[in-house]
Amino acid sequence: MSLIVARPEGLYCPAGDFYIDPWRPVARAVITHGHGDHARVGSDAYLCQQDSVPILRRRLGDISVRGAAYGETVELNGVRISLHPAGHILGSAQVRVEHKGEVWVASGDYKTEPDGTCAPFEPIRCHAFITESTFGLPIYRWRPQTTIAAEINAWWRANAGAGRTSVVFAYSLGKAQRVLALLDASTGPILCHGAVDPMNAIYRERGVALPATTSPAGLAKAAMRTALVVAPPSAAGSTWMRRFPDYADAFASGWMQVRGNRRRRGVDRGFVLSDHADWEGLLSAIAATGATRVLVTHGSTATLARYLSERGLQAESVHAEYGDEDVGEAA
Amino acid sequence: MRAFADLYRELDAATSTRHKIEALTAYLKPAAGDPARWGQAAWIVYFLAGGKPKQMAPTRLLRRLALEATGLPEWLVEESYQNVGDLAETLALLLPPSTGGEDVGLQTWMNERLPEMRGLDDEARYERLTAYAAALPDADRLAFFKLITGSLRIGVAKGQVVLALAEATGLDGPTIAQRLMGYTQAGRSVGAQDFAALVASGQGDAAADGRPYPFFLAHALNLPLDALPEKLGDPQDWIAEWKFDGIRAQLLKRGSEWRLWSRGEELISETFPDLGAVAAALPDGVALDGEIVVAKGVGDVEGIAPFAMLQQRLNRKVLTEKHKAELPVAFIAYDLIEEYGFDLRALPLQERRARLARLVGEARANGADALRLSPEVTAPDWPGLFAARAKAREIGAEGLMLKGREAPYGTGRKRSGPGERDLWWKWKVDPLAVDAVLIYAQKGHGRRSGVYSDYTFAVWSAPEGDPARALAPFAKAYSGLTDEEMRDVDAIIRRTTVESFGPVRRVTPTLVFEIGFEGIALSKRHKSGVATRFPRMLRWRRDKPVAEADTLADLRALLPT
Repeated sequence: MSLIVARPEGLYCPAGDFYIDPWRPVARAVITHGHGDHARVGSDAYLCQQDSVPILRRRLGDISVRGAAYGETVELNGVRISLHPAGHILGSAQVRVEHKGEVWVASGDYKTEPDGTCAPFEPIRCHAFITESTFGLPIYRWRPQTTIAAEINAWWRANAGAGRTSVVFAYSLGKAQRVLALLDASTGPILCHGAVDPMNAIYRERGVALPATTSPAGLAKAAMRTALVVAPPSAAGSTWMRRFPDYADAFASGWMQVRGNRRRRGVDRGFVLSDHADWEGLLSAIAATGATRVLVTHGSTATLARYLSERGLQAESVHAEYGDEDVGEAA
Repeated sequence: MRAFADLYRELDAATSTRHKIEALTAYLKPAAGDPARWGQAAWIVYFLAGGKPKQMAPTRLLRRLALEATGLPEWLVEESYQNVGDLAETLALLLPPSTGGEDVGLQTWMNERLPEMRGLDDEARYERLTAYAAALPDADRLAFFKLITGSLRIGVAKGQVVLALAEATGLDGPTIAQRLMGYTQAGRSVGAQDFAALVASGQGDAAADGRPYPFFLAHALNLPLDALPEKLGDPQDWIAEWKFDGIRAQLLKRGSEWRLWSRGEELISETFPDLGAVAAALPDGVALDGEIVVAKGVGDVEGIAPFAMLQQRLNRKVLTEKHKAELPVAFIAYDLIEEYGFDLRALPLQERRARLARLVGEARANGADALRLSPEVTAPDWPGLFAARAKAREIGAEGLMLKGREAPYGTGRKRSGPGERDLWWKWKVDPLAVDAVLIYAQKGHGRRSGVYSDYTFAVWSAPEGDPARALAPFAKAYSGLTDEEMRDVDAIIRRTTVESFGPVRRVTPTLVFEIGFEGIALSKRHKSGVATRFPRMLRWRRDKPVAEADTLADLRALLPT
């Protein structure tokens, strides 16, 4: 008997009659985090971690949403639901579902390395674990965040020294704030694209320390040359970029691990900074749940499922319309 | 290895020419002034200029290293490779973090360590390979694996290397370009003395060592007829010639020696021994620029065979008299770069051609039967030349070349003088094309790694309604799409995969593309019975249903008669 099954609308809990991150409108949706491929419009009622509430409201508009603290239990039709830190972005949660002694956990997206901008990942013991597999190949091995921070800051200093603006493309929710938190603000002013600002505001309201940022409009030409700009990937090549006469650009994403991806992006630098678990992170997280059954959603699903099966777990791929195998903007 | 790995990384990351030249100069300038670095710099320039060493360790040893060092199952290593698209990079990513910090100079690797490895048996080679890999710091691994897999490609144009060397040494570009000719010949080993010769003060002298001149290269002309007068002016200021579809080469005769150099700067005299007779009939101190083609007959443009015939000769390991008789080659000369040991490059093309015509006439009288003179194609105006160009395929040419009548012979793609007419233009006829269906896809390499970007295309074997109608594969292509189109096609391939054979996916036929190619010939090796030259995607025909793609009969109708 499965506590959670795949339906055309999304992952569904029959006993509790609710969906987790549905990709079609449903009556009750439990949302793991605010990225667009997980939190979609149209459902009647939403439940998410309380830090996710302002994010969902901002992105989905006027919705009926209830926030829960990490660890708080919510009962739905006799099913106990609780949310636990996934370490992905602010308010990101794994959904723990318990019914008649059976425990399932749906991970949403998660990252095992603590980053300081959101509650760090907590492994939850369960019988069955639904895991993502965005970077489910052994070629993905992240170096410590401090090393990447040093690379970004050194690159910024070198650009500032040469009088060139530094532009980092990063997804506006989560990655952008993580980049901001890593910056050495003594190098120069930090500017944010208009899509990033509202997300910064939410992070700050929730008590996440971010360096001071300004918008490009009010900045003098000379200061612009030593500035670092955080902008969403969609700003690349747009008219918005014309305000920077001379700049070096970079893309911050786990996909930058592979040269081909970086070259296709056409940016000067690729910083390997991901909000997802790397291969070892996935394996250690899965092991820590103690689950004997693993359902693998979006990413290298077949690869990870096969690898886990060969190691004696009952593992299978599950179709989910998140991220897809493709280079996702949210990565 | 450190200096090399650092430079490799920097160049690999640079997206603009300016950054590349800055990075190159930053390395080359101090190196030129420090003889202790010349041994290393000699090899770095070798790789920068496109030199390709032989593979030092067979792929199976590298795959074994990937398996044994990581403990991963073979299928997972293979899957990783398919995603990365490059074995060296896959290895660098998969191996556990290194604790080593060895830094051995590139010249020691190239002149000692790696050649020694080639002489050992598999076990001994594997032992060395693991020891070397373990001693290298993480940051140097990619460059090392690239080096030993023989897949090192640095994305710099030769012109950029010339510019950077000129900047670093204070010498002029043409001198550097000339000294670099032949520098990267296959199988060559370079040393400090080679770098010293490259950066030595004073003018270069190509004649001294039998090296060719830098080739003057043409730019593609893709303009409609009515835009030509404005762009190029009076057609009488141009010399038009056929653009032959063979191998561009320089034929040198100096002293009793003759040499044939390809445009890729490979010495190919031994591949075409039959041209020795041409050289024998030439006076001393001559450099001809021209095209090698397979051709029967004696007229200047008589009996020129398609490139596929030349390919057949290139594929022979041993060239018998029979092959030479069946596939005779000719050298169609179109420029005279050196005469009686004098460099003629500064003379106007008109003058060079006049001397060339005289020289070819004399040589033919002396028995150089395989030597031809590229004739001038004349017409009173642009429409006339346009009409002449349309006949190119009839004589086995790809179109017309346009060369400024008064222009000197330049270097590379740079203009040879200040004027608009100091460039060479290749004005090719429109490619042959059919609408074909994508049936297989595979992930690409390099820039296209991780994306389904290499496709096999098919046409229908019979017209609609025929019960035996099936899709017959005839060509593979990977170029011609924008990055965005490639991403879209990639997504469709993932959605429509029917089955996978290893890295290859068979898809439900839904995508139609206009496939262009430069030539088509009968082939026994291809299922479709035809081989196409330079197939590429001209257009994604989103408007066209699969059933309306072309047939094998349409394809065969394009065969030369």
